[in-house]
Amino acid sequence: MPVMGRTIRNLRASYSQVPLLGWLCGALIAVTLERFAGTPIALALGLPKIPALFGLDIMLKKPILVPNAILYVFLVYGLPMGATTRSSISLTNRLAGRLFRFPIAITVAVHLALLYTTLHLWAGISDYRALVLKLTLIAVMLTLSLNVINGYMGEFSCSHPGFMALGAYCASVFTVGLFVDDRLFGAVFLPPGLGPFLFPVALILGGFLASFGALFVAIPSFRTRGDYLAIISLAFLFIVKSLIENLEFVRGPRGLSGQPDLADLPTVFLWTVLCVWSINNFVRSTIGKALNAVRDNEMAAGAMTVDTRRTKIVAFLFAAFWAGVAGGLFAHVLRYVNPSTFGIQNLAEVLAMVYFGGLNSVYGSIVGAVSISLLGEALRPLEIFKWIIIPLLLILVMIFRPTGLIAFKDLDVTSLLRPKRKPGGEV
Amino acid sequence: MPILRVHGMSHDFGGLRAVQDYRLEIETGQIRGLIGPNGAGKTTIFNLLTGIYTPTAGEILLDGRRINGLPAHRIASMGISRTFQNLLLWRHMTVLEHVKLAHYSKIRYGLFGAFFGTPGRNREEAEIEEKALRLLDRMGIRHLAEQVVLNLPYGAQRRVEMARALATEPRILLLDEPTAGMNPEELVQIMEIIRRVHGEFGLSILLIEHRMKVVMELCEIIQTLDFGAVIAEGTPEEIQNNPRVIDAYLGQERRG
Repeated sequence: MPVMGRTIRNLRASYSQVPLLGWLCGALIAVTLERFAGTPIALALGLPKIPALFGLDIMLKKPILVPNAILYVFLVYGLPMGATTRSSISLTNRLAGRLFRFPIAITVAVHLALLYTTLHLWAGISDYRALVLKLTLIAVMLTLSLNVINGYMGEFSCSHPGFMALGAYCASVFTVGLFVDDRLFGAVFLPPGLGPFLFPVALILGGFLASFGALFVAIPSFRTRGDYLAIISLAFLFIVKSLIENLEFVRGPRGLSGQPDLADLPTVFLWTVLCVWSINNFVRSTIGKALNAVRDNEMAAGAMTVDTRRTKIVAFLFAAFWAGVAGGLFAHVLRYVNPSTFGIQNLAEVLAMVYFGGLNSVYGSIVGAVSISLLGEALRPLEIFKWIIIPLLLILVMIFRPTGLIAFKDLDVTSLLRPKRKPGGEV
Repeated sequence: MPILRVHGMSHDFGGLRAVQDYRLEIETGQIRGLIGPNGAGKTTIFNLLTGIYTPTAGEILLDGRRINGLPAHRIASMGISRTFQNLLLWRHMTVLEHVKLAHYSKIRYGLFGAFFGTPGRNREEAEIEEKALRLLDRMGIRHLAEQVVLNLPYGAQRRVEMARALATEPRILLLDEPTAGMNPEELVQIMEIIRRVHGEFGLSILLIEHRMKVVMELCEIIQTLDFGAVIAEGTPEEIQNNPRVIDAYLGQERRG
């Protein structure tokens, strides 16, 4: 149908003029609407409550409510976002253009503030949403840091859950030991009010411990190229796991609980932004590009003055650091860790996010982590079938896009935030 | 004093002696040729000089300093750069990124700058980019800067490799069959480029080449290699008339 095709093309053309600022504003309006009118709309549509994850969970639980849930999503998200972004194209473009004249740091800060407000309002509907959001942000950190090794450097590392475990336990021991009256670590050492200030220290310590552990993988496996890293890193994962299982002072396989509630949404959001920012900086620098050179041809990299061994070790430790930080946050979001969390299944999930989203790509990691985490949550009502659908999706992606959905794309902040149309100008 | 001196260099692959008692002296600004039949050990010599292999015996002296045993990247940053016989480019990287990365050893901003994008880093990255673009301009491939090398025609890829080698700011450039697989037109261009970089950068060049026309026109002194050993050394005329070279490599021209 040519008319339909033309309509779709026109719609795409007009929406492609919406700057990121416009999308963020639209999303903010949608979540604000949900915050104030969500419950009445949901009840009016015959839904028991506000659908937690875009209606998918309700649809799967009660297929009879499928049209109602779709209508809800359309009324609350689709319609307001579509209408406001479309109608305010020239306004948001002008605003984005004006923002762009400030130093880039200010522009970025405004966008991040909008994004955070949107997420905050969205997560404010229920505790469940807040938890899912925090875990998704942590998954973004994990995926991106693993992508540095498996994508940018082109080696295959399996030890990410191990690094995560090191970070999680290190940060937990630090905070539980200092701020909590605990049977194992004794009475409160510092006033709990200091918690939020010392929490970054705990996370960074966890990151450093993970980096230190990574050193034991990196030194033997980066002497030569080949499959050594995959094997050694897998061994490392099991060593860390059984080490923790046998350490009585962190309660072995029973797990460590009672972490103070320090990982609230702003904290997790801030660390995720920091992680994405520093990894993006790294992979876009000439030092980081050396990783790609090592992957594509190590001999040529050496002949062009690149210290290949140092490059690989630095990248590996850097990735391990962020995995450790993510582990620390994870432990404080759930406020309980046990060693069996950090096993093969966790590894498979992170690997799936990396390969689904796209190798060698910051965008891809974000897309992969968000889509697999949200899908994993939304498909929960399907129980066992969830583990058929997600792998099936992964297989399809591997067949049609072998390098992942959005491969080879770093985050270019300037082009992302710039207005999409000259202020005042036509199309 | 020669800039690069090699004497008594030998290399064994297991029981096979690939290079035997090789010696070489390159003066600043000289163009030397290295010819010989396939498997004579020419590329092995390049790999030994650039630190990819470590010689079994002998010495390599750069400005009188012993460099054998040093890792490849150290030798490269001391001023020996090279191209590869079968084009070892980085297939997912753009032309500009290739040339920028060859500045690796001169980067002054540390890891902190790389992670957090300090102003110093941004300034330095801009400097490197400008230098790289200027070099691409001189090599006539500036318009390809944003292309991924995989999509380029063969001749352009050769130029990228040459530009990358020059970006390390070498004093000695080792060219491993720079005209392999080129058509006559590209051949003329690449010879022009070699002459030009030799003149402009004041480089010493060591050239492996199978096309006699190229070697004879460019080189001042030619070494002929057979079974890992030098069998003749001299000016192009001397080499062309040397019976051992004719026997081992050039072959007898049939008359009549």
